[in-house]
Amino acid sequence: MAGSDRKLRVLIAKPGLDGHDRGAKIVARALRDAGMEVIYTGLRQSPEQIVSAAAQEDVDAVGLSILSGAHLPICRRVIELLKEKGMEGTRVFLGGIIPAQDIPELKRIGVAEVFLPGSSTQDVIKLIQGAFNEQGGASGAPP
Amino acid sequence: MGLKEKDTPVVAEMVRPSPTHTTISGRPIEALYRPEDVADLDYSRDLGDPGDFPYTRGIHRTMYRGKAWTMRQFAGFGTPRETNARFKYLLEHGGHGLSVAFDLPTLMGRDPDHALSLGEVGKCGVAISSLQDMETLFAGIPLDQVSTSMTINSPAAMLLAFYVIVAEKQGVGPDKLSGTVQADILKEFIAQKEYIFPPRPSMRVIVDMIRYCTERLPKWNSISISGYHIREAGSTAAQELAFTLRDGIEYVQWCVDAGMDVDEFAPRLSFFFNSHSDFFEEIAKFRAARRIWARVMKERFGAKNPRSWMCRFHTQTAGVSLTAQQPYNNVVRTALQALAGVLGGTQSLHTNSLDEALALPTEEAVTIALRTQQVIAHESGVVNTADPLAGSYFVEKLTNDIEADALEYFRRIDAMGGMVAAIERGYPQREIQEAAFQFQKAVERKEKIIVGVNEYVMDEKPFPILYIDEQAAEEQIGRLQTLRSSRDNARVRAALGGLQGVARGTGNVMEPILEAARAYATLGEMCDALREVWGEYVEPPIF
Repeated sequence: MAGSDRKLRVLIAKPGLDGHDRGAKIVARALRDAGMEVIYTGLRQSPEQIVSAAAQEDVDAVGLSILSGAHLPICRRVIELLKEKGMEGTRVFLGGIIPAQDIPELKRIGVAEVFLPGSSTQDVIKLIQGAFNEQGGASGAPP
Repeated sequence: MGLKEKDTPVVAEMVRPSPTHTTISGRPIEALYRPEDVADLDYSRDLGDPGDFPYTRGIHRTMYRGKAWTMRQFAGFGTPRETNARFKYLLEHGGHGLSVAFDLPTLMGRDPDHALSLGEVGKCGVAISSLQDMETLFAGIPLDQVSTSMTINSPAAMLLAFYVIVAEKQGVGPDKLSGTVQADILKEFIAQKEYIFPPRPSMRVIVDMIRYCTERLPKWNSISISGYHIREAGSTAAQELAFTLRDGIEYVQWCVDAGMDVDEFAPRLSFFFNSHSDFFEEIAKFRAARRIWARVMKERFGAKNPRSWMCRFHTQTAGVSLTAQQPYNNVVRTALQALAGVLGGTQSLHTNSLDEALALPTEEAVTIALRTQQVIAHESGVVNTADPLAGSYFVEKLTNDIEADALEYFRRIDAMGGMVAAIERGYPQREIQEAAFQFQKAVERKEKIIVGVNEYVMDEKPFPILYIDEQAAEEQIGRLQTLRSSRDNARVRAALGGLQGVARGTGNVMEPILEAARAYATLGEMCDALREVWGEYVEPPIF
């Protein structure tokens, strides 16, 4: 977990086959400008590659950007693999085109927060920081 | 003069520098444009009548009085069977041409049972992995009577081969086929990132396909050189224009270098632009595109056929401008963008549906989008005369300014050694990334207002969307397994070996691709065969 003297470390990842990386890159840059350590995986990473990068980089959070509709199977797999590696403390955030009806299921499987089109980078920064300021509490997202 | 003096303080008030008096691309706009802003404009040199060089006012003499633009709605989801039904619906309701959206495994040359296809099959387009799927997709649609646009890039040659063979089985020869494959690999490296092979072998496939189309498919647009995705990735209007036309120059140069005669293939090159929200800037961009292309083809490449000089283009309204908040507002955004495309003289148009920031569109939403075009065509009166905004001090000045910006980008990219070299050093990618970030900051500072997002926000009601489940994946994987066990696998192996042989040499890859397609080799198998020869491209992860 992030200590108070240590910068938050975040892995921004583009899983699946989609190449639309505008959102991922904007979020990566905004988080870096907000003082976090940001690692960007680049495109087309399998859940295995993402979790292995998360472990290697010892990140506090993983941000997934998915616009293609593949979010449910991909998030399920990433969270499963994090658990297998004993990395339950690593929060998973998701941004992209996500149907409202999928959000309860995503939260149930352990996605900390879902960011939809129109989210501001300031909201993303606040919610990620909030999640860790609560020291192991829930996602820190407002209802 | 009294009037002018009285007005001066008002004008002075208006011209105070303000971040809000810029276009959506950040271009400052003056409070007033006057004759001196376009004093150097020469009608016959810079504009010309519609149908005359340099085609600033349009490529046809009568424009939409002669023939309305083609209303072409992009569609595709789930299985080939489901998309076939949507195509028939669109044709029955007044659509003129088909436009196929493929799913990501198809776009990336992966079969539906590949590990990376997890969750992607049939999601953002139709899943096509073999000739068999293409036969289902066009069942009952006579291919000599429709024109079909296929949004496919890295594996464009394979999908074109499937289409040609389906037509052949209907008794329709390749010379009767009209339509387009997008096949614009450069903008994939620049913006949309759906590349497979490295830039140089990718360019070779495109050149081979252009040659094949030139020889065999005289009514087919061999490529659709696209700014749409460049703009969606966050470029400015000028960057969209500059990078798209510079990509066009790159393709022409590679074909000429491969020994082709410019006037044989250039008449079948087509373009595809975005129509974004800043109304006049978009119209100026379309007008500038025609003027720049005409001059480039005539002066840089020495083309003599007027059809080589004409920048013919398809337009799609800006998907990125659609908001998930208050989705009905998107109908209004799309109507304005569509009107800009029409006033800009587009040859065909796709209007986005109001629910596309949420999901793929429902049939109801697609119908409203098509009706939007029909209202513009039949009710607004804008079709009655060609290029109605010509001579506007503002529109002509904006056309000149955006052209000048594009030519400056040409100079920089030429100095780098061309577009492939510029892409290899990440230049257009970084320019777009920076523009996208600056726009996001401007929205967050409320210098740019997006209605319903950072102003006029309301509580949202649940909105019905088209939901695509995992069923298409199961069905497609099942079909694929049956195909693999029922086809002549020895013929498939021989065809794939033949394809690799040609890929290692210098022959045209279209012939072995057609043979592999006929043998029911899958798209994934053909692309894997080429991956073994050419390798895969990996972009450095910069942000």
